Amino acid sequence: MALADARTGSGEPPKVSLLYNPALRSIVYQVVTLVVIVAAIWYAWNNVVQNLARANMTAGFGFLNSRAGFDLAQSLIAYSSDSTYFRALQVGLLNTLVVAAAGIVTATIVGLLVGIGRLSHNWLIARLCTVYVEIFRNIPPLLVIFFWYLGVLALLPSIRSIFQHLEENPDAIFFISNRGIYMPAPVFGDGFGTVLIAFLIGVVAAVAFTVWANARQRATGQRPPVLWVNLGLVLLLPFLVFLVMGSPLTFDYAVPGSFNMRGGMVIGPEFLALYLALSLYTASFIAEIVRAGIRGVSKGQSEASYALGLRPGQATRLVVLPQALRIIIPPLTSQYLNLIKNSSLAVAVGYADLVAVGGTILNQSGKSIEIISIWMLIYVSISLITSLFMNWFNAKMALVER
Amino acid sequence: MAKTIVTALVGAAVLGLGATAAQADTLSDVKAKGFVQCGVNGSNLAGFGAQDSSGNWAGLDVDLCKAVAAAVFGDATKVKFTPLSAKDRFPALQSGEIDLLARNTTWSVSRDSQLGFDFRAVNYYDGQGFMVKKELGVKSALELSGASVCVQSGTTTELNLADYFRSNNMDFKPVVFEAQDEADAAYNAGRCDAYTTDASGLYSIRLKMANADDHMVLPEIISKEPLGPAVRQNDSRWLDIVSWSHYAMVAAEEFGITTANVEEMKASANPDIKRFLGEEADSTIGADLGLPKDWAVQIIKAVGNYGESFERNVGEGSPLKIARGLNGLWTNGGLQYAPPVR
Repeated sequence: MALADARTGSGEPPKVSLLYNPALRSIVYQVVTLVVIVAAIWYAWNNVVQNLARANMTAGFGFLNSRAGFDLAQSLIAYSSDSTYFRALQVGLLNTLVVAAAGIVTATIVGLLVGIGRLSHNWLIARLCTVYVEIFRNIPPLLVIFFWYLGVLALLPSIRSIFQHLEENPDAIFFISNRGIYMPAPVFGDGFGTVLIAFLIGVVAAVAFTVWANARQRATGQRPPVLWVNLGLVLLLPFLVFLVMGSPLTFDYAVPGSFNMRGGMVIGPEFLALYLALSLYTASFIAEIVRAGIRGVSKGQSEASYALGLRPGQATRLVVLPQALRIIIPPLTSQYLNLIKNSSLAVAVGYADLVAVGGTILNQSGKSIEIISIWMLIYVSISLITSLFMNWFNAKMALVER
Repeated sequence: MAKTIVTALVGAAVLGLGATAAQADTLSDVKAKGFVQCGVNGSNLAGFGAQDSSGNWAGLDVDLCKAVAAAVFGDATKVKFTPLSAKDRFPALQSGEIDLLARNTTWSVSRDSQLGFDFRAVNYYDGQGFMVKKELGVKSALELSGASVCVQSGTTTELNLADYFRSNNMDFKPVVFEAQDEADAAYNAGRCDAYTTDASGLYSIRLKMANADDHMVLPEIISKEPLGPAVRQNDSRWLDIVSWSHYAMVAAEEFGITTANVEEMKASANPDIKRFLGEEADSTIGADLGLPKDWAVQIIKAVGNYGESFERNVGEGSPLKIARGLNGLWTNGGLQYAPPVR
């Protein structure tokens, strides 16, 4: 079309043929791409509408207000079978966020330690870290989840043996069984809010003190006892307020019920299996990223810091890691996104995450297209928000460069 | 840039696959491709849909698939099976991936209407029950308050479970799995006190346990679960064929026609039987259904009558040893009843 015209119209010798005009080419390519994409979307949408009409089904999100009818095992907010589908999806989303957040924190800490450990001069530590990385990095995450769920957590003591144990030791308050980890649940009484406020004041004061201490160290070379003062502010101050308020905190202990423990707080094996598998699996990748980041910092940097008299730990913490972080953060973001997406494997062990709950709703209501759009929208949002945060963090670290 | 265009085209092609998916006339579609694509149970549910060690499918639902293939093509081998989980089965039928869903699926009003399916025949009348370990000492489902219960997601079972405990003022902790195999493993490992699904399924799962005698099925049946084949809505010719494939098996049992005697029965003096087997000179039953004249004969030759199929798959001839009970002929006090072939 436009290209063919351009060919015939290129009669004047000094002018370069329109065919080879980079600006025009780029516009044509973009227009063609846009047309193809719009046509594809229109075609797919039309298809959906026709097929739905043929099957006498309607599209729309009104069904989210219907009664769910099914119960969920793990819920952080009030939920029963009388709640709506929308509420069930909220429960699923929260469960996904909780396991993803806990997983990311743990994976980062473990990954950092193992990555540094692999570079350790201690032969045993370095080898152990290598073995860890090679094992977890080379097993599919689903198998790691099954390993924890069926291979480890399912083999813990049964609930019956816990009942027996309680008869012999009536004072026990903490139990590990194949139904989960039971522990006392805190019950906050009146006045606990004041303790929280005292804690917040303590944290703010500690930060202020640290800033002051740093300034003083720079000015006089003397370092005030930051650690002790801060510990006092953050821990002792709230504790004193707690005592003054008359200890407004009691515990609800788990006691034997008919089939399960009653009361207390329980962390189910489904959550534990998923959380442990995701953290340890992702940690192996993070360890490699950390190692690559540290290796990426020129050897002269650590040699120079040794020459200045820093010990190896100090050299790593003060000189190497801050520079390594710039190399580490971009690939780290991908690992965080992978962890978030891998959390959808929850469905295999019956953890009520977004995909598991959505799948049940899809099945009960038949609203496949709507549920799949909700899934995609939510996962894209979570991932984009994570990326945005990491990009901001990355930019912040890059600015530190001198 | 060229890569972007290719990606866009591939994307469009993938999305476009759906266009041919939902055929309003499944029979023509099936005849054109030369086989019936049948959705069956993907978790080896012995008696209903399971593969033996050499990969051959067997079961009550599988027999129905074969019967439809026999009716359409005169050849019960012209069927392909798609193993499905409870959760995947409905999208598979809606999208046209399968022609017929015979996967111990409960006929309910919402599935008949909201999900866009049609049910008519019931090839197994079931009800939901509970299985527990004998060592718990539980004798009734009403003693299960506070128990952890293993259940498969996306089933009517999951909904009945919530309703039953609610209406009896009992609480429970659901442990929900998508696949039956994981639910089995979790129950076996003591993650749950009780396992709930259709009673027939419980007997089948119990057989798979390391020591079947350690487990017992509680007496309560808490729901009605009429299991039957489902097809896409608004395709009455295909619905007729699928339903009558089942009714033909039931009618054959009523008439006393078996795989062994079907050839002799063609010469029967009984006009009902002659008409049923397509031996009446001007019989148009087969043609009116869109099938060959001898469709019923082909079904009976391939899978036998309903009683034969039942005994072979779930009854006395099988490890499950389920009694006919509700699935007996109506003349024997059961619910299996074929409309008149006339």
